[in-house]
Amino acid sequence: MSDAAGPRLITISVNGENRSATSEPRITLVDFLRHKLNLTGTHVGCEHGVCGACTVLVDGLAVRGCLMLAVQAEHRNVQTVESLGTADAPHPLQRAFAKHHALQCGYCTPGMLISLVQFLRDVPSPTEEEVREAISGNLCRCTGYHNIVKAALDAAVELQDASAKNAHA
Amino acid sequence: MKPPVFEYFAPRTLLEAVSLLSSHDNARLLAGGQSLMAMLNMRFVFPDRVIDLNRVPELDFIDERDNAVVVGAMTRQRTLQRSEVIAAKLPVIPKALRYVGHFQTRNRGTIGGSLCQLDPAAELPAIAMAYDATLLITGPAGDRTIPFDQFPLMYMTSSLAPEEILTSISFTPWQGIVGTGFAEFSRRHGDFAIAGAIALLEGEGRDTVRRASITLFGVSEAPKRADQAEKLLKGQRLTPQLIEDAAQLCSACSTLDDTYGSARYRGHVAATMAKKALTEAFGEMDRK
Repeated sequence: MSDAAGPRLITISVNGENRSATSEPRITLVDFLRHKLNLTGTHVGCEHGVCGACTVLVDGLAVRGCLMLAVQAEHRNVQTVESLGTADAPHPLQRAFAKHHALQCGYCTPGMLISLVQFLRDVPSPTEEEVREAISGNLCRCTGYHNIVKAALDAAVELQDASAKNAHA
Repeated sequence: MKPPVFEYFAPRTLLEAVSLLSSHDNARLLAGGQSLMAMLNMRFVFPDRVIDLNRVPELDFIDERDNAVVVGAMTRQRTLQRSEVIAAKLPVIPKALRYVGHFQTRNRGTIGGSLCQLDPAAELPAIAMAYDATLLITGPAGDRTIPFDQFPLMYMTSSLAPEEILTSISFTPWQGIVGTGFAEFSRRHGDFAIAGAIALLEGEGRDTVRRASITLFGVSEAPKRADQAEKLLKGQRLTPQLIEDAAQLCSACSTLDDTYGSARYRGHVAATMAKKALTEAFGEMDRK
């Protein structure tokens, strides 16, 4: 094997900050985030693109972190669940998830949240059916889907109100 | 699991990609990665070299040329789904894309990747079959074009030579009084379909069929045109009974027998989907 298979310095903009680490090109984006950058908010589930636990935003679009190599994200903007909010100042989606008990074990939650960030930007006032279709690519093994749907619909209203306020300000 | 060790190259031009591909005998092209990355993670494939096409901008376009709509192989499924040109000229494509994986996989997944992966139940190869698409293929010896029906060789295997790259797909839109329909059945949204059908109808007036294209997927090794059903419709006045008869002919096209369904069951589902797709297409034709 030539150098083309060996470790190299990979630089990715993660949550607005340039982060670099040395890694082989075969390392997936989600493993790079977790093992090299210690950003363990993003979870690893099935590793074949089915469960959605590893979902992150790349240039604003939700992707499977296990189906993309870290080298492919070089010089792109990656956003993980760590960028959404804090315990003191949660993102409206995080607040809605807490309010509606939209998580039990929490394993699917980062993927659900990140998927919904893009979805609610694309479809700001979704119907319940649209929300169910949107999260059909994120598996919740606790099967707590009802409350996740309620939280998503609630967050949609809050995000709409917030953007209306910003527009008037 | 984790991908095996491989050499990674990210060419910037098609020419560079062709040269990287032809200089190694165990290389794989990486398009959107929504199948190959999973196969690498599961170690179903062991390429010595992965050539990433994601930084080759010349493969990502939607152009109108003469009477055709030409789509670059690296065009994302999301881009196709949101394209005004595609919605206006090839309206069955956005209908089908809703069922291609999930929005997260469509953000990365490409049309060319799906065509080359050639899953028997995939929607995009069936679309190419339905529209009699033409493929532009580039290799070290230059370009060649082939009709899509010569592309599938066998189960999940295309007629691409190891050193060739699918570069674009050319569709000829149907014109006049046209209706389109799409239907598929799967256990859960986003799963591969057990069977599905695509119907394109061109009317002589609003109710007589001048031209029909009925494509079934999930029923055989590759998407399949239901020739007998198309023949039955041609030149006829469409009625619910005629649609029913055409749909019934579709069940005989089913040969795929696996864990998810017997050929007989898939045939039954295909006939039901064909009826739905034809009814939808007829409804559209009737409103024009």
